[in-house]
Amino acid sequence: MSGPVSPRLLRSLLPPLSLAAILIAIFYLQPRTMSYFGLNLLLNLAVPIALATIAQMFILCVNELDLSIGGFVSLVACITATWLHDTPLLGVAALAGLIAAYAGLGALIHLRNLPSIVVTLGMSFVWLGLAVLVLPTPGGKAPDYIRALMTLKPALVPFPIIAAVGLALVVHLFIMRSAWGTVLRGAGGNPRSLERAGWSLLRIKMTMFALAGFFGVLSGMALVGLTTSADANIALRYTLLSIAGVILGGGEFVGGRISPIGAVIGAMTLALAGSFLSFLRLNPDWQIGAQGAILIIVLALRVLISRAETRT
Amino acid sequence: MTNPSDPIIRLRGVEKSFGAVRALAGVSLDLAPGECFGLVGHNGAGKSTLMNLLSGNLRPDSGSIEIGGQDVTAGYSPQVAVRHGVRCVYQELSLCPNLTVAENARITHPAIAGIGWRRRARALIGEMLDRVFPGHGISTDDVTGDLSIARRQMVEIARAFAVTEAEARVVILDEPTSSLDSVAAGKLLAHVRRYVEGGGTVVLISHLLGEILGTCDRIAVMRDGGVVALDAASGFTRNSLVAAMGSVAETAPAAARGRAALRDSAPKVVEARPARPETLSLAAHKGEVVGLAGLSGQGQTELLVQVFDHAAGTQVGGKVALVAGDRQSDGIFPLWSISQNISIGSLRQFLNGFLLDHDRADAFAEKWKERIGIRTPDVFQPILSLSGGNQQKALFARALGAPADIIVMDDPMRGVDVGTKQEVYAMIRDEAARGRTFLWYTTEMDELRNCDHVYVFREGAIVADLPRAEMTEERVLHASFRADA
Repeated sequence: MSGPVSPRLLRSLLPPLSLAAILIAIFYLQPRTMSYFGLNLLLNLAVPIALATIAQMFILCVNELDLSIGGFVSLVACITATWLHDTPLLGVAALAGLIAAYAGLGALIHLRNLPSIVVTLGMSFVWLGLAVLVLPTPGGKAPDYIRALMTLKPALVPFPIIAAVGLALVVHLFIMRSAWGTVLRGAGGNPRSLERAGWSLLRIKMTMFALAGFFGVLSGMALVGLTTSADANIALRYTLLSIAGVILGGGEFVGGRISPIGAVIGAMTLALAGSFLSFLRLNPDWQIGAQGAILIIVLALRVLISRAETRT
Repeated sequence: MTNPSDPIIRLRGVEKSFGAVRALAGVSLDLAPGECFGLVGHNGAGKSTLMNLLSGNLRPDSGSIEIGGQDVTAGYSPQVAVRHGVRCVYQELSLCPNLTVAENARITHPAIAGIGWRRRARALIGEMLDRVFPGHGISTDDVTGDLSIARRQMVEIARAFAVTEAEARVVILDEPTSSLDSVAAGKLLAHVRRYVEGGGTVVLISHLLGEILGTCDRIAVMRDGGVVALDAASGFTRNSLVAAMGSVAETAPAAARGRAALRDSAPKVVEARPARPETLSLAAHKGEVVGLAGLSGQGQTELLVQVFDHAAGTQVGGKVALVAGDRQSDGIFPLWSISQNISIGSLRQFLNGFLLDHDRADAFAEKWKERIGIRTPDVFQPILSLSGGNQQKALFARALGAPADIIVMDDPMRGVDVGTKQEVYAMIRDEAARGRTFLWYTTEMDELRNCDHVYVFREGAIVADLPRAEMTEERVLHASFRADA
């Protein structure tokens, strides 16, 4: 190792540094955001994105890709704003059913050896169609307890920050530190070895997809808690945001290399990128492109660091 | 419950076919507790199939498997095998590269769970590594993907011998020393003996006959899916083993002799120096086979890459083709056919305008298949349908078929059977006689005897420069180890 900072450390520092860079730029452009209220507003919408990113991370961990998470979160949002509000029992049953459906997708993909991209792309239309059926026109109402939770105003630290830190830590403990999580990650690294050691890959895939479904449901509920009403197209952009968030946070598409803390940070960076561009008075049409540019810059840095790593 | 002299594993008339290929034709074997059982044979003789049956990854078509006197044939699976204490170290490693050493131990030892599992996993694997490979230099928190292939192999072996709730009664080692250097291999074989003396059973599969003869109590020779010879190890010699395997007994290569004069007449085509302060430099003349010797991982591969890249400070006079050693990661395109895998090295030859002429590429692959003797009905089969040795031949065909003057080989014979090796040696000598130059990194003494000139590597530098006439095993070994270590 040469130099004062090892490339490995540098690489793990890249996600938080990117987040810090964006935050500093925002504070510089608009100093009033540097307050309890300002941060609350800035980071509010990052919470459902972070939840969806965690959902995507579980799928990426087993070398699959979920192109339906956006449609799925939209559907959950529609169900939350209608059934869960009007007839809670039906709502809870429907959401539980959705998680089971996700586990079923995992089983289907594993047993039939189907490409997850195709299956989930198809399912994205199913979720969207169901969302339109549940809520044909924008509207509905968030259940009061969700609304109350999402608008909590704890002393000192804004709620979105507490939620993000809590989410990152809980998922980190589960997937990175627990004995069970180790097996789940191993399935991404070398599935054959897991099978030879006597673990059921079917159960692992189903578990991972069910976890993704669970966090997708949380994401939809959190989203409705913030927006108070829903719409069938409310979260379609989450699909790409969630994938970008995982990658930005240091995860990789294959090999079970993931980082929940990084994923949450990546999701927040992307969410903040939108605000940053608004403060620059950029046309909103440019936002997607600019988010892409941020992604490219961070990934380019990561490649540079990896190169330095192989050289030492 | 069982008498100590009763066999721990008893196979009765086990058969297994893949399609029309009969991989195992009625094998019956008894493995006793406290013995090391050697298994030798060509690639494709059925060793791997037999081992996959023992470990529960394959089900026999007919016949029975008994463990400790209990018939487990029905419903035999990896879980059942593990429960009965049957462990396996596979040739292609089965660690999860994204997990740490300790986490990998958890994968095969489900008993390590709950609060404090990480500490127990570290202790388990760390202690076993210390016992089998003292001085291994591996931290239990290292991510396995970052370790060298030799260290990964050590972790895998230590993991198989580690004991939690499930005991390790039978450990099957498939080519365990193929990626270890001779020191680590020696430590492993010593551990195998200790383990066997403690009442355990080891099945050792290896192409290194000296290793088998020196370690095993009994040896079975396999050929064409059956056991053709089975006796105490003392009843075999190197030559009788090779004879039983059905391949030509090794003869000292005569071709290298009388070629020492090449150095004086032929032009120099490669001159390279490792990036170390104190080192000799390597030179290769046209038509020479130059060996890169030493323990594994001492900078030989880096030098080959330097030559391949035409790196600055390296003089390379001609095009270079590479034969990769790590087939799975650097060599083959696993989803492609044999033909595509062979012709990829020389696509420029088949251009028709700016399009590729597939017929010519296929004819080229077919020609090389015949010339190099790849055992397959046709070249349109997927590359993975070939046995390991034949995959390696396809890689040789790719490099030799390319319009290259210099061929660099990164320990290409890892896990290749004796017969195939002999064929490849002959081919290398032929090609060298036609004026091609070979740089050949190998860890096996026998292969160095095919070289005209040998450079010995140690800690990244070249420490000895031996012409064929002066090269002896003793001198190479002497140079491989530091005088003060």
